[in-house]
Parts: sequence; C-alpha cells; structure tokens
Amino acid sequence: MRASRVAFIAAAASLMGRDLRLALRRAGDSLLPVGFFIVVTTLYPLALDPSLSSLRDIAPAALWVGALLSSLLALDLLFRDDAQDGALEQLALCGQSFAGLLLAKTAVHWLLTGLPLVLVAPLIAITLGAPYAAMAGILAALLLGTVALSLIGAVGAGLTLSLRRNGPLLALLVLPLAVPVLIFGARATALAVQGEPIAAPLYLLAAIAVLFATLSPWALAAAVRIGLE
Amino acid sequence: MAWVWFHRFGSPPHFYRLARRLAPWFGWPALILCVAGLIGGLGLAPPDYQQGDGFRIIYVHAPAAWLSLMVYVVMATSAAVGLIWRMNVAHAVAASCAPIGASFTALALATGMLYGRPMWGTYWEWDPRLTSELLLLFLYLGYMALRSAIDDVARADRASAVLAIVGVVDVPIIHYSVIWWNSLHQAPTVMKFGRPSMPASMLVPLLLMLAGFTFYFGALLLTRARGEILRRERNAHWISAALEES
Repeated sequence: MRASRVAFIAAAASLMGRDLRLALRRAGDSLLPVGFFIVVTTLYPLALDPSLSSLRDIAPAALWVGALLSSLLALDLLFRDDAQDGALEQLALCGQSFAGLLLAKTAVHWLLTGLPLVLVAPLIAITLGAPYAAMAGILAALLLGTVALSLIGAVGAGLTLSLRRNGPLLALLVLPLAVPVLIFGARATALAVQGEPIAAPLYLLAAIAVLFATLSPWALAAAVRIGLE
Repeated sequence: MAWVWFHRFGSPPHFYRLARRLAPWFGWPALILCVAGLIGGLGLAPPDYQQGDGFRIIYVHAPAAWLSLMVYVVMATSAAVGLIWRMNVAHAVAASCAPIGASFTALALATGMLYGRPMWGTYWEWDPRLTSELLLLFLYLGYMALRSAIDDVARADRASAVLAIVGVVDVPIIHYSVIWWNSLHQAPTVMKFGRPSMPASMLVPLLLMLAGFTFYFGALLLTRARGEILRRERNAHWISAALEES
C-alpha cells in the first residue's frame, strides 16, 4: 500500500473516531432524529383507523416518509458545529482528499442517525401490523435506503452550509432528489409485508445507494468548499 | 488559438452585444413557426377518432413538456461550464434558464391536467409522467430558492451550479423510478423510432410547434441573460457604451 493511502486512512480513521467521541458525549443530539421517527410513525394510527389490517396497508408509507423526514432533520447535525468552530476548514486544508474525509464524516453520521433508525424500525413495523416474516426485508430495505438518504442529504447540507436558517430550503432541495429512494424502498417494504419476493426493488435500491456513494463525495466536496469560502 | 471564440464568449460585453444581435433571429422564427403550427393544429388537422377535438391541447402540452426537460439540460450544461471555466456569463445564462424552465414545467402540468379531464375523467392522476413533471418543477423551485437564499452572487452561482449538476444526474433516475407505477398515460408517440403513429396532418403542426417553442425559448433566454448581465455588471464601464449603441 502506498504511503499516501496509509496516511489518508489514518486521517479518516482519526476523524471518524473524533466524530464518534463527540457525538457520544452529547448522545441526546444524535438520538433526537430517532425519537422524531418514532413519534411521527405513532401519529399514523392516531390519525387513521387503528385496526391492524388497515394499518398494514399504510405501514410501508409510514415507515419511509418517517425515515425521509427524520433523515432530513438529522442533517442539521452533520456540518453545523464543525463549520462554526472552523474544523471543516482545517479538513479542507489538511492535504488529504477532502471528498474522502467528507465521505468518512457522512459514514459516521449514518452510524449515529441512520443505523438507530433501522434498528427501531422492526418495532415500529410490528406496531403497524407488519408480519414477523417481513422483518428481514424491511431491515434490508431501510439499511440500503438510509445509506442513500444520508449521502444525498449530505450534499444538500453542504449546499446550505453558509445559510443561517436552512431547514425549509434543505427540504425543498433534498426531498425531490430522494424520491427514487422513497419509491423503491416503500415498494420493497410493501412487497415484504405482503410476503412476496422483494429482490427487484432491493437491487435497484442498492444500485442507487452505490451510485450515490460513488458520485456524491465529489458534489459534497465542491458544495462544502463553496460554503466555506 | 482554437479556444479564442470560447473565451470571447465568456466576456460580458461581447456576449451582451451578441445576444442582442441574435435575439431577433430566434424571436421572429418562433412567431412564424408558432402561428403556422397553431393554424395547422387547431384548424387544418382532423379531429382524433377517439379523442375528438380535445387532443388539440397537445400542440401546447407536448412542446411545453419537451422544453421543460431541455431547459433543465441547458441550465445544467451552462452551470457546469460556469463552474469549470469560472465563466460569469455561463452562470448568468444558467440563472436565466431557471424561471423559464419552471414556467414551461408549470405550463406542461396545467395543460396536462386540462387534457386529463376529458380523457381520463379527472384533472389529476398519479401518472408517471405527470408525477415526474411535478418533481421537475420542485427541482426548478429548489434551484431558484437556493439561488435567492444566498446573498453573494458568486457563491450563489457556484452552489446552485452544483445543485443543477446533481439534479441532472438524478433526473433520469427519478423519471425511471416513477415509471414503475402502472401508467394511464399514452405511450410517447412522437419520439418513437420508426414510423410515427400519427398522420402527417397532425404530426407536422406538432413538429412546427416544437420548433417554434424551442426558438421562443432561445429568444427568451437571450433576452433574460442580457438583463441578468446588465444587473451583474451594473458598475462596469462598458455598460453605458453598450446601452448607447441600442
């Protein structure tokens, strides 16, 4: 392995360790999006007919709209503090690949906000009447979907970095771009709930996640650099 | 040497004068083509054997829908040129594209809804092409909102350029993911390869309207871009000379 690559991996690992340590010392912040997800999905049975058979039909929609909104809410945590205290500028100047380091940051962000959401999703799915047999499918779809949402959301967060109040604008930027994830994710979940094979939408979801993972670091690096100027 | 024309293109005074000279060459053909297309489409073309006279709205609907996509590609291309070569004029062109594209998208949606009422019996159907058109409108609105949210023009240019490029990669994915639903929309009839499934008396006016709308977009874009350049360069010396020429 070349020395430069070793240096990059060391830098990325120490950055990820730092982000994880910072987040764990303020664990409340990272858990907020999951709490939001749970509350939002609880609203559906209250607003609709609470019989499990009718909830089963809307369970995929409730899960995915909840996941989309909560990932949007979580984006505020991604760059805000590091942009304010200048840590992002240091990353841009440190000589390592900025796109790679931002990808590492996004991976930590997914670990802190995306993964907990995936882990509580089976609980929510059961309260919405999804059968136990569907859990593997729901987990797989949300696992891929939250990765894709974190990646595309990070670009939006980078673009709105320099703005003070960016919430509604971020939603307008990110949600249309995230529509494919919503469609394939909800389709895979719906098929899993009905007990049908979910391979086709799952593969498409995986393809989108891979595409976003490949392309979004460059857009992310460009967006954050513009925001830092 | 071969790149001189490209760099001259990027000079605001040169582009301003070029745009002023070119605009009539787009505007007049647009008027002639649209009048000819409307006479052909509304007067000469026979009524459709199934849809009667209701189908005639496609003479506005199809060109608007075509331009809603084309304008996005033009916008993203000029945004990319602006980002790569740091060309202010290209950013001005991209900025001028957005409201035009959003208007064409809204027009395509409105005429699509009016078309849907007699054909499907409802104004709105969650049909793939209507839905992806709606999402395209959201993308335009997001682009314009991002641009207006950032005060500094140079930063707004570059941030919105990144958004436009991300959008142009995502638009095909959005389109094909939306097609996953069952569709009520009739399959595309013009862009099909081989023999078009439309008689010439209906097709020729449609093609005239497509060309007319495209020229109209060109004229509109050149005029808007001139306004945008004037706004950006309002403190430059060449402005007064250029304004006296006209």
